[in-house]
Amino acid sequence: MELIEAIILAVLAASTPLLIAATGELVTERSGVLNLGVEGMMIIGAASGFAGAWLTGSIFIGALFGIVAGTLMSLVFALMALGLAVNQVATGLALTILGVGLSGLIGAGFVGERITPAMHLNIPGLTDIPLIGRVLFGEDAFVYFSLALVVGVWWFLYRTRPGLILRACGDNHVSAHALGYPVLRIRTIAVMFGGACAGLAGAYLPLAYTPFFIPGMTAGRGWIALALVVFSSWRPGRLVVGAYLFGAVTILQLHAQGWGVGIPSQLMSALPYLATVIVLVLLSRARTGGSTAPAALGTVFVPDR
Amino acid sequence: MQLVLEKRAERSNTIALISPLIAIGLTIVTMVILFAILGKNPLLALQAYFIAPLTDSYSLQEIAVKATPLVMIAIGLSLCYLANAWNIGAEGQFLIGAVAGSWIAVKTQGTDAGAWVLPVMLVLAAAAGALYALIPAICKVKFGASEILTSLMLVYVADLFLDYLVRGPWRDPHGFNFPTTAEFDPVATVPLLIEGGRLHLGSIIALLVVAAVAILLGRTIKGFEIRVVGAAPRAARFGGFNSNQLIILTFAVSGALAGLAGIIEVAGPVGHLQPGISPGYGFTAIIVAFLGRLNPLGILIAGLFLALTFIGGEQAQIAMKIPLDVTKVFQGILLFYVLACDSLILYRFKLVFPNRQVARGTH
Repeated sequence: MELIEAIILAVLAASTPLLIAATGELVTERSGVLNLGVEGMMIIGAASGFAGAWLTGSIFIGALFGIVAGTLMSLVFALMALGLAVNQVATGLALTILGVGLSGLIGAGFVGERITPAMHLNIPGLTDIPLIGRVLFGEDAFVYFSLALVVGVWWFLYRTRPGLILRACGDNHVSAHALGYPVLRIRTIAVMFGGACAGLAGAYLPLAYTPFFIPGMTAGRGWIALALVVFSSWRPGRLVVGAYLFGAVTILQLHAQGWGVGIPSQLMSALPYLATVIVLVLLSRARTGGSTAPAALGTVFVPDR
Repeated sequence: MQLVLEKRAERSNTIALISPLIAIGLTIVTMVILFAILGKNPLLALQAYFIAPLTDSYSLQEIAVKATPLVMIAIGLSLCYLANAWNIGAEGQFLIGAVAGSWIAVKTQGTDAGAWVLPVMLVLAAAAGALYALIPAICKVKFGASEILTSLMLVYVADLFLDYLVRGPWRDPHGFNFPTTAEFDPVATVPLLIEGGRLHLGSIIALLVVAAVAILLGRTIKGFEIRVVGAAPRAARFGGFNSNQLIILTFAVSGALAGLAGIIEVAGPVGHLQPGISPGYGFTAIIVAFLGRLNPLGILIAGLFLALTFIGGEQAQIAMKIPLDVTKVFQGILLFYVLACDSLILYRFKLVFPNRQVARGTH
């Protein structure tokens, strides 16, 4: 029983950064922009988030640092890909390369330092319920926030007018422009939202997942988040399923290593990455009758004045 | 007042030529600011980065050695990018090539195997790199899975596979438990060009690759197809060019070149297989490809320049305690400026004052 509870808790913790980053990227992509720099924004968020928390002693301020840093990075992307109409794939790659380098510089002074990780919710009575108590009522704030974020994004995209306009920009920027919507401004905001989420997702790692910063600690999570958006067919609800599935794979491989299964640990560590490839293939294959991706995804738009 | 882009009637060839230079200039200005923020003397730092490595024979050779894998990988990537196929997993193909070639080296260790060992290692590495690159290419062509994500995921897999081999079956029994194979035998080592120097045969192979791809792109139908499919997909369809076939082809070639670069690095400067054989060559090569304008000769120059930053970065670390990450920041910023300046080839920047645009409609 306790083992199952521990596994579920670990899966939630491993899934949360994926879910937050993927939700942000989903909004960005829904507006028609493919930002491949999630990994770079996440690692900057991790370094800045840890720096903020270490300097102030506050997890909340650390998270804010992560959000601001991720947003700043995404603004660089917006300037390039939207302002200067540069190829989005190349710009996203550049953002990741820059982010990895910058995070090393920011984080260099903090390697080896530790902080007190984010507090977990504790409601006497409820949190003590066996099996489900800690899972439902004993998480850290990020876990609850990530789920609220998904619900909020779903509501925004499908139940509000600005959400509809954002999706219109992603499906046909020429029509949206003809109707008088400021396509580039809307996309910039969507990119910034994606950056803020990626920064927060990165900050989650040193603030709640492991209470220290190591260079390269995002370990490809940004790329997995990108794959999750494809997995979800650009729908927030499916994103939750996908993120928890991937969290489960990550945790299961850790436990399998602990149980001493006669499989090389490296093969187990490779599982999340292999799973991503397999899932991408299966999903892309299953999809018949046209793609569900936003029609204008990744295309350059220069307003015809 | 706002900045808008205006499409040029035709691409500007002047700017196409000078844009990499503008980008390098802007990067250096940014680096001066960064050095000042880090509290280092910017002039001394620039001197350590860009001048010092050019002043002694050892560093010059070392630049050529570092440029070898960068140029070989970037040449392959440029073919992919020209054909609008996004292989960003060259790092993984590099590692798999290194592993496949090392297999022969490890198996023949201590035997009296002759001069055939090195050529077989090179061929096997290229084949393995090509096969590894074909995984994302086939997933793309057959199933429509994003080649960007799958090729990148396979980098992590390759890295873990190499790690497993050198910690497990291939570990040097006399290596004090370090995760490395034994030093390769002389027949499994890429020969040096100058006795006692650093320059090795791999640099010659890289030059041959540059020449071969320059001919492929400039003088053959296949090269023409690659360029048309990327630049004008519609025209390519009318021309009856098979874009799927070209994705497969460009991925296979770039994988083969990355794999070849991998074994040359391992059997050359490194001398044995171990984790961390690449300081991110596969990713830096992406910058090299763009800085070189996806042109073989341009890539050769860009590869040497990026190699200079690697060597300069090491020297700046030793001489001025500038962190090695500055090199990565430098490379990232450089790629940004290169891409931004490329925008000038197709567009003209204009400052517009909002009250003037009222009268105009759309289209």
